Amino acid sequence: MSAPTLTEPPEAEVRTNKQTTRIGDRIFAGLSRGSSLLIMLTLASVFVFLAIEGIPGLRQPETIYRPATTFIGYTAPLVFGTVLAAVLALILAVPFAFGIALFISHYAPTRIAVPFAYLIDLLAAVPSVVFGLWGAMALSAASQPVQAWLEEHAGFLPFFAGPVSATGRTMLTAGIVLAIMILPIITALSREVFARTPRLHEEAALALGATRWEMIRMAVFPYGRSGMVSAVMLGLGRALGETMAVAMVLSASPVVTLNLISSTNPATVASNIAASYKEGTPGKIHVLIATGLVLFVLTFAVNFAARWITSRNERRMAR
Amino acid sequence: MKSTSIRRVLVPGVAALALALTACSASNEDDPAGDNTGDSSGSTSLSGTLNAGGASSQESAQAAWRAGFQTDNPGVTINYDPVGSGTGVENFNNGGYSFAGSDSYLNDDEGALSAAKERCGGEDPIEVPAYVSPIAVVFNLSGVDSLNLSAEVIAKIFDGKITAWNDSAITKLNPDADLPSTKITPVHRSDESGTTKNFTDYLAKAGNGAWGHDADSVWPIKGGESGEGTSGLINAVSGGDGTIGYADESQAGSLGQVAIQVGDSFNAPSAEGAAKVLAISKRAEGRSDVDMAIDIDRTTTEAGAYPLLLSSYLIACQHYDDANEAAMVSGFLSYIVSDAGQQAAAEQAGSAPLDSELASEAQGIVGAISGK
Repeated sequence: MSAPTLTEPPEAEVRTNKQTTRIGDRIFAGLSRGSSLLIMLTLASVFVFLAIEGIPGLRQPETIYRPATTFIGYTAPLVFGTVLAAVLALILAVPFAFGIALFISHYAPTRIAVPFAYLIDLLAAVPSVVFGLWGAMALSAASQPVQAWLEEHAGFLPFFAGPVSATGRTMLTAGIVLAIMILPIITALSREVFARTPRLHEEAALALGATRWEMIRMAVFPYGRSGMVSAVMLGLGRALGETMAVAMVLSASPVVTLNLISSTNPATVASNIAASYKEGTPGKIHVLIATGLVLFVLTFAVNFAARWITSRNERRMAR
Repeated sequence: MKSTSIRRVLVPGVAALALALTACSASNEDDPAGDNTGDSSGSTSLSGTLNAGGASSQESAQAAWRAGFQTDNPGVTINYDPVGSGTGVENFNNGGYSFAGSDSYLNDDEGALSAAKERCGGEDPIEVPAYVSPIAVVFNLSGVDSLNLSAEVIAKIFDGKITAWNDSAITKLNPDADLPSTKITPVHRSDESGTTKNFTDYLAKAGNGAWGHDADSVWPIKGGESGEGTSGLINAVSGGDGTIGYADESQAGSLGQVAIQVGDSFNAPSAEGAAKVLAISKRAEGRSDVDMAIDIDRTTTEAGAYPLLLSSYLIACQHYDDANEAAMVSGFLSYIVSDAGQQAAAEQAGSAPLDSELASEAQGIVGAISGK
């Protein structure tokens, strides 16, 4: 099924004649072309900077990487921590975000849906430092008994193996904070996508005797799939790069572990840069920038993968 | 046609404007670090701008010193950027800073000492202790306000060998305390820090071999609870029961502080105790007369001494190309090591004022800074 095309523009506005272009058109075209060029240049110069400053970081004396000895040994736990925190945040946030988006677009009456949507958007405006402070000073202590309970009753799972942290400043807490931070992005985008489902599709599904949930599954989700993936990917991008909140919440060590509730957690690339930059020697700074390059490449790879998945889905849907 | 000519001007015009704007903002952010010399007329009253930076431990003390010095010399502006010891020394060595603050004295592990010598025109750089601060071992244990511990026991706690508060090693040192069986959670700094370096140095030297690691600004053990920065660490220690950590004494707040064993007595952290240790410690070997690099004596048994301390240095040159810059550096550094300056830092940052002998030696060194 393909989406019905939008209303065709009236014939009179379709201009093929070059001579009638106005100055305003030219300026606007130039500006937008210039902006896109500028952002590409910025991106390229960031990459060039990371590469030039980061490559010396690959071959520093062993002591710079301590307690590891090589760049790989130094970076691997960080990359692992970054991915773990981001995936954890996604697992926690995505079901909520889609639920909230559906509530706003399909379930709630307008007089509730509109203020509720504003409220969720407002979450996105809270600076990450504030989330970090809240996570480190309130949530970690408050969630500590829950984490102790998890160790006691779900300790057979590697994620909750313990020993449980006495302060609650764990990967689980960091994941929850990150989930709250990416929730508004995913909600806002998927809400827009869901609201755009063609009315005809929905009504057709209902007319065939589908319940509301079946209608959502048959009409709304297939239509919005690529938008949903994009929303999740944007959320993932934020979670991968989030710095301050993680740095403030997490009790970090250079280790690789799946244990989510112990004192020993891998740091993320971004939070490690923020934490180590202040007292870094020149050699260390190169190493940190190199880890930044790794994060840059990782984020790129994740985004390309997401695009690829979306486009594959769309092709399958088109068939 | 008219519209074409306007277009011809407009498009490049807008482009040029955009370029100019971006160039503008770029140069605004780029804070020139080198143009610090002010006018070099050689007048007697000081005026101009000094750019400096380095150890973040000195930040609040530097604020006090800057305020005190600028009250007497309203024409002088001093910028101290707390970028960290390593970056501070690097910026000093490449000429960006007039002087630097550093949590450890210069060495040649990464060539910093040679580079400083080169920066100072081949002369030995000046190093004077300016900021001395006791490091407190802080803990949060319900029902316990004070504890006596030896370096050896502290080392075992932080190494994870002693895991409960009622371990016999701890109860033996605290016969009167009612210690619970709570699990011990040692908290360390997750970032690189001079505090960690001095703490691990203390454990390595005074711990009777219980600490199997060298002094290091990066925490040498993988795993365990950690906090970012002093505030993050204090926050982590306050947030759990049975936690223990280490932080600048002035930042300890309401947390319990460990009295560490010195000889046969137990001494709580004190500014006087820290200053005393610095005064009796030996100088680092092979240093010039203007270099007051000190190897802190962690194993002293002197009464009242507190050997767990951080000593932060000021690094400068003996001579500067610009006489005005030299006069300002000399004036400011003299103020820092003076009684008034040390007292101001003690009030603002809780540091330990330098011992009078050290202070007068430092005074002589920085007072001699001059133009070429």
